[in-house]
Amino acid sequence: MSGLLEIRDLHVFLGESHVLQGVSFDVPEGGITALLGRNGVGKTTTLRAVLGLVPRRGSIRLAGAAIERDPTHKIVQSGLGYVPEDRDVFAGLTVEENLRLAERNGAARYDLVYELFPELKERARQRAGTLSGGQQQMVAIARALLNPNRLLLIDEPTKGLAPALVSDVAHVLERVAEAETALLVEQSLGVVRRLARSIIVLDQGRVVHTGAAADLDDEALVHRLLGVGHAA
Amino acid sequence: MSTFVLLTITGLGLGAMYFLVASGLSLIYGLMGVLNFAHGAFLTVGAYATWFTESKLGGISSVTLRFLLASLVGLAVGALFAALVELVLIRPLYLRHIEQVLVTVGLSLAMVALVQGIWGNDARLYAVPNWFRETTHVGGATIPNDRWLDIGAAVLVLAGLKAFLRYTRYGLVIRAGVENRAMVTALGIDVRKAFTLVFAIGGLAAALAGILSGVYFTEVDPGRGTSLLIFAFIVVVIGGLGSLTGSAVASVVVGLSQQYVNYYSSGVGDLSVVLLLALVLLARPATLAGRTA
Repeated sequence: MSGLLEIRDLHVFLGESHVLQGVSFDVPEGGITALLGRNGVGKTTTLRAVLGLVPRRGSIRLAGAAIERDPTHKIVQSGLGYVPEDRDVFAGLTVEENLRLAERNGAARYDLVYELFPELKERARQRAGTLSGGQQQMVAIARALLNPNRLLLIDEPTKGLAPALVSDVAHVLERVAEAETALLVEQSLGVVRRLARSIIVLDQGRVVHTGAAADLDDEALVHRLLGVGHAA
Repeated sequence: MSTFVLLTITGLGLGAMYFLVASGLSLIYGLMGVLNFAHGAFLTVGAYATWFTESKLGGISSVTLRFLLASLVGLAVGALFAALVELVLIRPLYLRHIEQVLVTVGLSLAMVALVQGIWGNDARLYAVPNWFRETTHVGGATIPNDRWLDIGAAVLVLAGLKAFLRYTRYGLVIRAGVENRAMVTALGIDVRKAFTLVFAIGGLAAALAGILSGVYFTEVDPGRGTSLLIFAFIVVVIGGLGSLTGSAVASVVVGLSQQYVNYYSSGVGDLSVVLLLALVLLARPATLAGRTA
């Protein structure tokens, strides 16, 4: 099976720790693929490795082209959007400046971003550091959606958000998935069930399961792979 | 009263030179995390390039024109030298901070030795327009005109840098890079270009400080960059690493402290600045820009 993103034998060492130990998987074109696993198994590191934000070894191909030797900015310019785990908005910059910084190739989709997040237009001149956690998450997602992407890497977009905001974010991602492919790291299985077509499960730096999102209906499997009950 | 006015204007002039050196240091550290001990070499290179060019322009009778042309050459040489240092020496050493310190300290020492080897240890006299050597009477004090030049240049550089950072794409990249360099690259931006640009801007400002120090002290010597760099580092730490406004305020505080304490306490102005730094580091307060030292 080949995919839009093909990862083969990916290794990452962080200090003494062998975080990714030969990870291989494909992300098929279209829809959302969820990358799941317990805390600390290497999900965020996998996304950062794809982007070249951590030193890694292995093969990474995007739409058939090898990207593992490219610097981060080139990888992103080739069509990757990234929503980091901790939002990483630029606190000293205004909302509008955060978005302007993300513009690339003169194809900024402000209409789409402001349609999805009308609040950001109202707060365009507000410093991002003074926004609430939910509003900062909007900025982080909007920054990634500003440009057309081949693939979105989205790391725990609902982390730390109130339940109402989780639903809003899930709705936005649903809209996004209609047009773009995404690799989503997400702890909430409810959100994953709602959004994902396929899943990849990591454990201790290795892929231990790949399959359809419907696999999450198997309570025993979920418990074995993720250590949580069906209702999580 | 006239003495106080003279001390104040002279302190501001000295602070202006500190700011010109500190602004580049602060931006470089803020964006790249590089403690650039070679920054004084940019100053020395700019100052000597100006002096050397001026000495070769004997065919031009106007001292003012000679000085202006030579200064333009000095500024360009300072900026180019700084950009080259970033491209050749710093770029291969990103995130290797110990090696960066060793290389920049080594370059600093090598540049002093090189200048001494070519032009000797003796100070070289600066030929400048007469107006700089004349005086203006303010509040009963007789103020050398070059002090106004120093202050005006620093204000212009501060305003120019602020406008650059606020209104240009590169300025936006630099401000964001100071906060989170990795995230800037994750937005598809080649932050290395901003690194080179920041070094060039820092080199330009340091070269300007070198030229102005030549006017202020009437001469330039191989150790000028090193001596001013020490105070610029103090300014950067007090003002907050990476903060331009903090550096500007700290430059004024350091320049004025030096002058006042030197005059009223029998020449211990330099010691007072070091004590001020020690107090800031010991107290670990939010610094003038609101960041920790």
